[in-house]
Amino acid sequence: MTALLDVRDFSVAFGASQPVKGVSFTANPGEMLAIVGESGSGKSLTALGLIGLLPRHAKTGGEIRFDGRNLLGQSERDWRKIRGRDIGMIFQEPMTSLNPVLTVGEQITEVLRIHEHVDRKQARQRAVELLELVNIPEARKRVDDYPHQLSGGMRQRVMIAIGVACNPKLLIADEATTALDVTIQAQILQLLDNLRRDLNMAVILITHDLGIVAQWADRVMVMYAGRKVEEGLPEPVFTNPYHPYTRGLLGASPRAESGHHYRQGPLIEIPGSIVSATGEKGCAFRPRCPSAQASCGFAVPPLRQITEDRLAACPFTPTSFVSHVHDASLRS
Amino acid sequence: MTLTQSSIIPSKRLSAVHTDETEAAPPEQSKEWPFLHAPDALTQSSATVTKAGLRREVRIFLTNPNAIIGLVFLVTVIAVALAAPYLFPGDPLEMVARPFLWPGQNPAYPLGTDSMGRDVLAGIVHGARISLTVGIAATLIGLTIGVLVGAIAGYFGGVVDDVLVKLIEIFQTLPSFVLLVVLVAIAQPNVLTVTSAIGIITWPMVARLTRAEFRAIREKDYVLAARSLGYGHVRIVFREILPNALPPIIVTSSVMVAGAILMEAALSFMGLGDPNRVSWGSMIGAGRDVIRTAWYLTALPGLAIVFTVISLNLISDGLNDALNPRFSEERR
Amino acid sequence: MTLLSVRNLSTHYAGGRGTVRAVDDVSLTIEPGETVALVGESGCGKSSLGKSLMRLVEPTSGQVEFKGKDVTAMPARELRSLRRSIQMIFQDPFASLNPRQTIRTILTAPLKVHGVGDSKRRREIIESIIVQVGLPADSLDRYPHEFSGGQRQRIGIARALILQPELVVCDEPVSALDLSIQAQILNLLVEMKNKLSLSYLFVSHDLSVVRYFSDRVLVMYLGKIVESAPTAELWADPKHPYTRALLAAVPDPSRRKQAAPIAGDLPSPHNPPSGCRFHTRCPLATDLCRAQAPEHRLFGPAHAVACHHTN
Repeated sequence: MTALLDVRDFSVAFGASQPVKGVSFTANPGEMLAIVGESGSGKSLTALGLIGLLPRHAKTGGEIRFDGRNLLGQSERDWRKIRGRDIGMIFQEPMTSLNPVLTVGEQITEVLRIHEHVDRKQARQRAVELLELVNIPEARKRVDDYPHQLSGGMRQRVMIAIGVACNPKLLIADEATTALDVTIQAQILQLLDNLRRDLNMAVILITHDLGIVAQWADRVMVMYAGRKVEEGLPEPVFTNPYHPYTRGLLGASPRAESGHHYRQGPLIEIPGSIVSATGEKGCAFRPRCPSAQASCGFAVPPLRQITEDRLAACPFTPTSFVSHVHDASLRS
Repeated sequence: MTLTQSSIIPSKRLSAVHTDETEAAPPEQSKEWPFLHAPDALTQSSATVTKAGLRREVRIFLTNPNAIIGLVFLVTVIAVALAAPYLFPGDPLEMVARPFLWPGQNPAYPLGTDSMGRDVLAGIVHGARISLTVGIAATLIGLTIGVLVGAIAGYFGGVVDDVLVKLIEIFQTLPSFVLLVVLVAIAQPNVLTVTSAIGIITWPMVARLTRAEFRAIREKDYVLAARSLGYGHVRIVFREILPNALPPIIVTSSVMVAGAILMEAALSFMGLGDPNRVSWGSMIGAGRDVIRTAWYLTALPGLAIVFTVISLNLISDGLNDALNPRFSEERR
Repeated sequence: MTLLSVRNLSTHYAGGRGTVRAVDDVSLTIEPGETVALVGESGCGKSSLGKSLMRLVEPTSGQVEFKGKDVTAMPARELRSLRRSIQMIFQDPFASLNPRQTIRTILTAPLKVHGVGDSKRRREIIESIIVQVGLPADSLDRYPHEFSGGQRQRIGIARALILQPELVVCDEPVSALDLSIQAQILNLLVEMKNKLSLSYLFVSHDLSVVRYFSDRVLVMYLGKIVESAPTAELWADPKHPYTRALLAAVPDPSRRKQAAPIAGDLPSPHNPPSGCRFHTRCPLATDLCRAQAPEHRLFGPAHAVACHHTN
């Protein structure tokens, strides 16, 4: 099966600094792919790159193949045809990403009228349907509300309605639930999960919350300092992390289900911060890594196939790693 | 369970603990995550902390060509004004040559003489003293009153604020130049009264600005932190809030100097200046009667005012670019 | 002796659209050495409660007692010296440090204001604490913007601890930080607590962090505390339907792809529902809930629940 989205060696540079240093990944129709990382990992810039919204002075490299053609390097005109129609995006802050002077209905119909050339009446009818689709009660009344009349959760639903208005093949959710309360967050994630099934739409979930990934994603890729360091299915990645950064992240996050308490002992820490990666020659994680060797400083460790569906960019097999697939390459 | 201050002074035990921790984490051996409570301390120097330019504002200001032009011109004017008694000793109001010498006619008087045979260049140079003195002193008066009133109103709010805002509004509803003329006419027109009068009519603008800044900054967490630490009002107002409120006030003050120079000129032009001192305004006033035959008598001091005011405005723009948005928090 | 005891505290804000009852008739206690977490969604009043008991926001009614002294009735001068004993750590490390002061100024000022030591002694204290919170020893003469979020939060912690408080109100101290930094800060807070025998009131919306960090949890909904229990007990046996919904909403890999979220949105705090405030979203709501606000009832030595239907 050819992937819907096939990103190859995508990079973003601003002058001398290169916040995204060549990432490759794919997304399939109906799949929910999670990109995890801290601020500074390059995950948000990658997302903006996918929809062509990087700042003008950003230099991009590599390929973004979407539906068989390369999106990088196409004109702004062509981007505009894709944005909103083939690729939708929802942002973190539902307060600022809606225009305060337009009604919810006007903002939804705007997208429809630009991309689908429907008339005013049809567009409005469709807007109401979309609001119903994202479970907004009394959609027919709400369509004439202004954003400030809605709660944060409702606004994020409206953002999703706008994002999926033209049945996009891909929806990018950049920290879309971070600003929401936990009960509302669960509702929104459930909604996204239902929508991608109903619309057979790929969803790229950009988040820093490992719990969300573990519960909702089909596949997860972990980014650190502009590179992909690990990729795999959520369950094996989280129960059996390979890359030291993934291990560190998991140890550092207090998880309710583990029942760990401060009186029993401290959380595992990753020392330092991501800033220490700047100017690092070899592995960007080396300054913070507990199992770093001298050889880690020579070159960037390439991604290796660890098991059938696991990639990781670390040459050392952690002692805690138990592999069910004992292929020859691993034993050698 | 009273705690003594001694528990946080350096002790051997404490430093020993720290050294142990840093030594206990040699990256080569430990396969699992070591617990490092203070990963950055002692092992890391703040040289690795990103060094943002300390005087970034100054740098931005100095790379702005317009601001530099304004600054150079203003510094020249100030230097000339300070040097006036040495450049042109004696009273500039004294008759030195035959009247209506045009500029260039007599090399001893490069800018000519006026209807009374007074040296125009000497007048402009000495006039700079008055214009700048009045401009700067009046601004200082206006700033002092305005900042105090604005700070008190903005910081305390409530009834105090209501009363002070009413006071500001009373001043702002009166036509300020008429008020100025009345004030100067009641008092004897001399440098002191003119300066005070200009200060009195300009403070409400500063007060409004300061009040707005204080109201915004009062809500910041670091002010809350200061209150939670038990700081007094005086300390909070002058140490915590005022330094952060200053940038827009500084920008405004350079425009205020320009405004005060213009007001002084207008008063002198109307004959309400200090009769015993030459100023740019009084020179224009005196040249007005002969503007058809000897237009240079109005034009030359007029140009001095125009250039000084423009240079102050250029400086103000430069300051604005450098200081606002102030101390932009660089989130990476 | 109980360190802090709050009785029937209410804090109301007069707003354009009527009064907001941010904190409504709340009682709680904190024992020495205890970490009490205050959990709830945005707008539930948890931050207001934290600020009210320090009188950073003036409470409308009720009483706060700190070591037997009535804080609510205290004159301003006495209150200022009490501030030594109750300190606060803020959520946003970018907003809580004055951008125009060096770290040295930020840390010296509290000592000066409270007359601690002479200038030599003060220098010793700040040089010691800066290392204890894990910052490079030479960072004192730098400005906050030169530091990362995690490092700034360390500065905020140093400032809060420099006066040797007994109670520290932590207002979402790690929610603005990256995951790998969160653990560093939580560990630092634990270590400082042990070293200085502190008590914490830990205000947070993050239940996973609360599960790790607290001894006792108070669950707040629209200005009211609905359940209070020791941490392990709350997770093992949540009794209030809101607590259950909150816990169920925390992402958990064992519930792959199915949320059990409660329906509906948080009602506006301007116009809270009558009776039990949770009845609009509660699966168990009956007419009794709509008419009458439930009282706290004890279900175990330290487990109180305000629900008509718990048994």
